[in-house]
Amino acid sequence: MTYFPEEVVEHIFDFLESHRHRNTVSTVCKAWYRVERLSRRSVFVGNCYAVRPERVVVRFPGVRSLSVKGKPHFADFNLVPHDWGGFALPWIEAFARGCPGLEELRLKRMVVSDESLELLARSFPNFKVLVLVSCEGFSTDGLAAIATHCRVLRELDLQENEVEDRGPQWLSCFPDSCTSLVSLNFACLKGDVNAGALERLVARCPNIRTLRLNRAVSVDSLSKILARAPHLVDLGTGSFTMDHRAEAYHRLMNNFTKCKSLKSLSGFWDASPRCLPAVYPICRNLTGLNLSYAPAIQGADLIKLIRLCLKLQRLWVLDCIGDKGLAVVASTCKELQELRVFPSDVCGAGTAVVTEEGLVAISSGCPKLNSLLYFCHQMTNAALITIAKNCPHFTRFRLCILDPGKPDPVTNQPLDEGFGAIVQSCKDLRRLSLSGLLTDQVFLYIGMYAECLEMLSIAFAGDSDKGMMYVLNGCKNMRKLEIRDSPFGDAALLEDVGKYETMRSLWMSSCDITLRGCKTLAAKMPRLNVEVINERDESDEMEENPSDLHRVEKMYVYRTVAGPRNDAPDFVWTL
Amino acid sequence: MQKRVMEEDFRKGEGRPQLLHLIPNERDWMVKEVGGGGKCFGVSKEKKLELRLGLPGGEDWSAVNDKREEHPVEPALSLGHYSKVSKTTGSNPSSVGAKRGFLDTVESKTEVFQQQQQHQPGFLQLQAKGKELSQKTNGRAEQQSLEKKASGSPVAHGSAAAPCGDAAGANNSSQTSRTATTPVVGWPPIRSFRRNLASTSKPSLESWNGGSETAVKFENGRKGLFVKINMDGIPIGRKVDLKAYDSYEKLALAVDELFQGLLAAQRDPLTAGIQKNPEEKQAITGLLDGSGEYTLVYEDDEGDTMLVGDVPWGMFVSTAKRLRVLKSSELSATSLGAVSRKRTAT
Repeated sequence: MTYFPEEVVEHIFDFLESHRHRNTVSTVCKAWYRVERLSRRSVFVGNCYAVRPERVVVRFPGVRSLSVKGKPHFADFNLVPHDWGGFALPWIEAFARGCPGLEELRLKRMVVSDESLELLARSFPNFKVLVLVSCEGFSTDGLAAIATHCRVLRELDLQENEVEDRGPQWLSCFPDSCTSLVSLNFACLKGDVNAGALERLVARCPNIRTLRLNRAVSVDSLSKILARAPHLVDLGTGSFTMDHRAEAYHRLMNNFTKCKSLKSLSGFWDASPRCLPAVYPICRNLTGLNLSYAPAIQGADLIKLIRLCLKLQRLWVLDCIGDKGLAVVASTCKELQELRVFPSDVCGAGTAVVTEEGLVAISSGCPKLNSLLYFCHQMTNAALITIAKNCPHFTRFRLCILDPGKPDPVTNQPLDEGFGAIVQSCKDLRRLSLSGLLTDQVFLYIGMYAECLEMLSIAFAGDSDKGMMYVLNGCKNMRKLEIRDSPFGDAALLEDVGKYETMRSLWMSSCDITLRGCKTLAAKMPRLNVEVINERDESDEMEENPSDLHRVEKMYVYRTVAGPRNDAPDFVWTL
Repeated sequence: MQKRVMEEDFRKGEGRPQLLHLIPNERDWMVKEVGGGGKCFGVSKEKKLELRLGLPGGEDWSAVNDKREEHPVEPALSLGHYSKVSKTTGSNPSSVGAKRGFLDTVESKTEVFQQQQQHQPGFLQLQAKGKELSQKTNGRAEQQSLEKKASGSPVAHGSAAAPCGDAAGANNSSQTSRTATTPVVGWPPIRSFRRNLASTSKPSLESWNGGSETAVKFENGRKGLFVKINMDGIPIGRKVDLKAYDSYEKLALAVDELFQGLLAAQRDPLTAGIQKNPEEKQAITGLLDGSGEYTLVYEDDEGDTMLVGDVPWGMFVSTAKRLRVLKSSELSATSLGAVSRKRTAT
């Protein structure tokens, strides 16, 4: 190896696209380590507490693109207390100091303050891409800072963040000289925007291809924007309600017709069925459609729309589409790869709207399906077995039967066999979420067959420690394991402590682990952070020193080279 | 694993799919307590609250642990109060966990209708949108009709089954509405903004007193902003989490639900504490526009009393210190700091 000049080695490394491969080559020898680290342009940190930001900067001084993730996944469902952590500021500070050439920052489930955004905007002259997913802690003032100071900004992508609204002026902070925007997504903002400023911004950015508006943007504004930017590829409408008889509506439909490149549609806030035909002209080119914010569009109207979408690859809908609607999807959308069906009545309705039948129809009509998120009221083993046979290419399979612990309604059996069929058939399965009545048996199947599985979500499942042990013993590629309300205790937790160093993280809440179990784990594995999250309530009598035998309500374990974190709040104990 | 099937009829009147008891041969029942955001550490006697609710046909238990001790539980409201001998749990590697039922969202120490000592609930979260309450309760009761024993001793299937009939009978007289179900914390696993999306299309909750407030409090991932709210004529005040709403309309709805029951109880003390049919309760309407019997006002951070609805929602949330529901007829008597605002006379 030493006879290869470094430039050649570096050039070869350029072809390695994945982080994992680059990580691997860096361990071959010192020379390769050096070449790799200096030529690394993109770093992905799956857990912000696994490594200190300063270390990343020192090792990879030439980084252009940084991705960091913070809170555990279950934070999405309010299982992680609000101030648990995951702060972006230390990362932005470290990079501002040591890596000012940073161009792209992608953060997920992190707490981002306005101060951080301000620092970000001022510290990186070449900053081009900011993507914030499921973050919180900032306001439109922070966005104003980004708009003001990032002269070559290409992408501002805000997905499902909690943003405090401090007024619409942030959008006007994009200077007239800003013409570089390619992608702008502010759909999650709750406040008003200045329509004129928005239209002018779109007009002066000839390269804009992705535009996702928020609910406050009127259909009138949308119409004008479409007229100015007919080369949009990805559009999120604002509020999609208007008088369908009015001239404005016809103008809108006309403007839609001009958008020949439009491939993806979302938004449809407050959409009424009468307005849907405005988009009919472009349906046949659509590869992505998200109607999951439009509860008023149901049944027949949905079906009419979907019948036009022959090229659809990605569909997000509410469960009011019904089994019948899904059958139409199955017969129409032969290219479908990703389907998400969200519940429209959170607490469950008397009438089941989608059942196993809808999914079976989809599986038989859409053989390319590889990614599924499906909320339904019931599922049967027979259906799952059929689905497994029809669709062996699943990489992501997330099934949520709304009633926890519900068995197969036909046979009253647990759904072990059904899920077992899924993992056996889908050899490429990387992500799986279970629900329904499940015993240890399903975990045996998972351990045996799910070789590629990287992320597993378990809720209200299993009978004994054996269940968890099967998974830990079997799934060689497990990275993230999250468990809630399942009877796994210390024995399972401590069965193979070394395993956790091969994984990114383990979350267990409302299980049977005790403080002693957690302490034991922490003692045996110094390179894991074992966090016990111990929430309080005013009405709670807190014991200052709970006994070791106390059940631990929430535990989060993750591998780290950074040691225990120094920003943990009071209620988080790192053992 | 051998399975035993037990037939149970959970619904009050309707036939329902039979439930399967998956009880391995060698193990006894174990009641699983559920945390659901409950505070495990602070629970000194390891008492856990379990709420068993669910859709028809949804109940199931899978295993029983010899070593578990059960408290008899009053089945009526499907709130269980179980004592768990966790000491034996840790030392018994083969201990099994029964299938967990629904998590309840009541604060962990609150329960009602307990046979033994209990804490008074601050509020009870049992409302739902058309859910069946009793079936879980019934099933639960079966398991729970075991006497607490001083030392762990095996709980046999037989003894568990014996009180079944009685328990089921007792359950059927539960006064909770058939339509109530307690939502489980963080379940179904959807993001909060989707939850709100769904709920905007279904504003009315079948509620006990303090229903909507309770529902809000379980979003424990987010820091709440609780302010006191008092209503004219009602001696006991409540608290609302302003962060749980994003508009005045939703707040008004929540206030309506919060006080509806209390108001009705004031008017007719005989029915206090018992859930009435929704039609019998009078909705508190017109809180925001002066058209109703009551009007919603608030005290801001400068101590002034203001009409709710004047300022943008965000500003309201950050300046409101407490809320009051005043009789509209008495408004002129109160000095309001509100700027001129036209009230449409109705």
